[in-house]
Amino acid sequence: MSDAHAPPTLTAGRIPDASGADEGWLRLEGASAGAGEGAGTLRFGGEWTLATATELDRRSHAIDPQAVAAIDLSAITRMDTAGAWLIHRTVAELRAAGREIEANGLSTRFHSLFDEVGRTDRPEQLEESGPGWLEDLLYRIGEATFGLAREGRRLMSFYGMLLVKGGRLFVQPHRLRLTSLVHHLEQTGLYAVPIVGLLSFLIGIVLAYQGADQLRRFGAELLTVNLLGLSVLRELGALMTAIIVAGRSGSAFTAQIGTMKVNQEVDAMETMGLDPVDILVLPRILALMAALPLLTFLSDIIGIIGGGLMSWAVLDIPPDAFARQFREAVPIQHLWVGLIKAPVFAFIIGMVGCYEGLKVTGSAESVGAQTTRAVVEAIFLVIVVDAGFSILFSTIGI
Amino acid sequence: MDADTADQPIIRIRGLHTRFGRQVVHEDLDLDVRRGEVIGVVGGSGTGKSVLLKEIIGLLEPAAGSIEVLGHDTGTLTTSGWEALRRRWGVLFQDGALFSSLTVAQNVQVPMREATDLPRPLMDELTRVKIGMVGLPHFACMRFPSQLSGGMRKRAGLARSLALDPELLFLDEPTAGLDPIGAAAFDDLIRGLQQSLGLTVVMITHDLDSLAAICDRIAVLVDRKVVVDTMEALMDMDHPWIRSYFHGPRGRAARRSHANVPH
Repeated sequence: MSDAHAPPTLTAGRIPDASGADEGWLRLEGASAGAGEGAGTLRFGGEWTLATATELDRRSHAIDPQAVAAIDLSAITRMDTAGAWLIHRTVAELRAAGREIEANGLSTRFHSLFDEVGRTDRPEQLEESGPGWLEDLLYRIGEATFGLAREGRRLMSFYGMLLVKGGRLFVQPHRLRLTSLVHHLEQTGLYAVPIVGLLSFLIGIVLAYQGADQLRRFGAELLTVNLLGLSVLRELGALMTAIIVAGRSGSAFTAQIGTMKVNQEVDAMETMGLDPVDILVLPRILALMAALPLLTFLSDIIGIIGGGLMSWAVLDIPPDAFARQFREAVPIQHLWVGLIKAPVFAFIIGMVGCYEGLKVTGSAESVGAQTTRAVVEAIFLVIVVDAGFSILFSTIGI
Repeated sequence: MDADTADQPIIRIRGLHTRFGRQVVHEDLDLDVRRGEVIGVVGGSGTGKSVLLKEIIGLLEPAAGSIEVLGHDTGTLTTSGWEALRRRWGVLFQDGALFSSLTVAQNVQVPMREATDLPRPLMDELTRVKIGMVGLPHFACMRFPSQLSGGMRKRAGLARSLALDPELLFLDEPTAGLDPIGAAAFDDLIRGLQQSLGLTVVMITHDLDSLAAICDRIAVLVDRKVVVDTMEALMDMDHPWIRSYFHGPRGRAARRSHANVPH
């Protein structure tokens, strides 16, 4: 046991008895301290395993190469790859320091492992050395810019292809996958009703409450109805629904199509002469374009109901007065302004969702990455297009 | 090696029952794996080979029975006991199961970082040793799993499973999906590592060539139990599934080609 805690170097004495040692040790024997060019024997013994590798690593670095004349490995009782590597490295470093040394005495049962580990000793890097931070920053900015332009171009060409293939449906209606269309209508439309309804109701309540709070100062509580009607019908109904659907269905499109890409289902489809755009993309987009206006209408109604209830509660505007004011203040065109945007939003969400899904490559990891991209891109584009609509409508005076 | 445990089985399974709902997969299954042997686990689809492996390594809990690995009853182990035990074995999953966000070198270092306090330079050196031992070219260290071929991913997975110098190695279909030359090379690699590291290897395989080339004994899962013997002895058995497995055209070819290889 004393061997295990012996000083790492320069121990003079007899050959140690290794039988009791369970820790690995190494020591230099037969050299006198300060002799420099010595004739010491470096002895390795005990268990050279991963468990004590940290300590052995430290000790092996502390050896003075000039003091070593011979190496004796005969006292090693156990060895794994970590130990074999440390021994190999120590010997190699001594040789590199100019000592003509042979490692002797290793028990034959360790030979194959020792040789195996020695064979792996090649100079190689584990990490690529990267560029400096400024270069790296410029590189990233440039890459992102070009990536954005490239992405935009690809999305536009995907848009063009959708128009062509969508137009072909009018000429050849038999290409339309009706079952798939109905399925997606159910998934994206019907099943979105509860969440869209609930959120719209809450938005209506918030809007009415905030509006009432401000307008009451001017004694214009009744104008809350105008505020509510205009903002819900023109903007919030369509926008909120589009954002909910982008998160709910746009991401689902990417994940579904992406998973099929990973599974090579899309490849299989193409080799069978089936067009993935016809089968996967168009039914989804068409279903969404049908579902989103319906959901938007639902959102409008429920949002106004929520606002109306709030007005009743805080402003004491009874439902019949609310309805009367609503009919006078909010002409029907505001409903159309909101509803007409819905199919466009639906097209954007569906297109981006399917495009990102088809862009998935190989790994399951990329499904997740593309799904995130799809949602962010879809919401971004929806809001940009909504801003465009606002400008358009104010220009033509609606 | 502790003298008192040297001749005890490294894995000892007694009275193992596994059920999924009403479906009984294992019934009163006994299995001993001896220290230092390579044991192949075969069986038809759905006979519970992978389930057995998962039960041994603690990913699934059996309905009944005891499993002792390296002298510890896995049914009664504490959390810290499990942790210590899991560091003594390595598992190679079918497609390597490498962490896709890490490079091969980082993958191999995951167990080292978690389980040891090795200094960084030594860890890098050992990583190089492991990656070299499994025969991966040096450029593979910096690659991500998605940039590697299936065979290279398996080798990288093997390097990771060897990271902590385990006593026991579990392989789930190590040669599935490899071309015959790659599969034979992988067999040689496993045998070579097993001999130089003194490993005990439990491998699930359908590859009759692997069985003939590197397995000391074969465990056949039939009738919800396991039959363990050498390939020669199994050849002479009367059980219909075992007969058709080893005496089919593939079985005969594998036996012929490895008849002269001494192991």
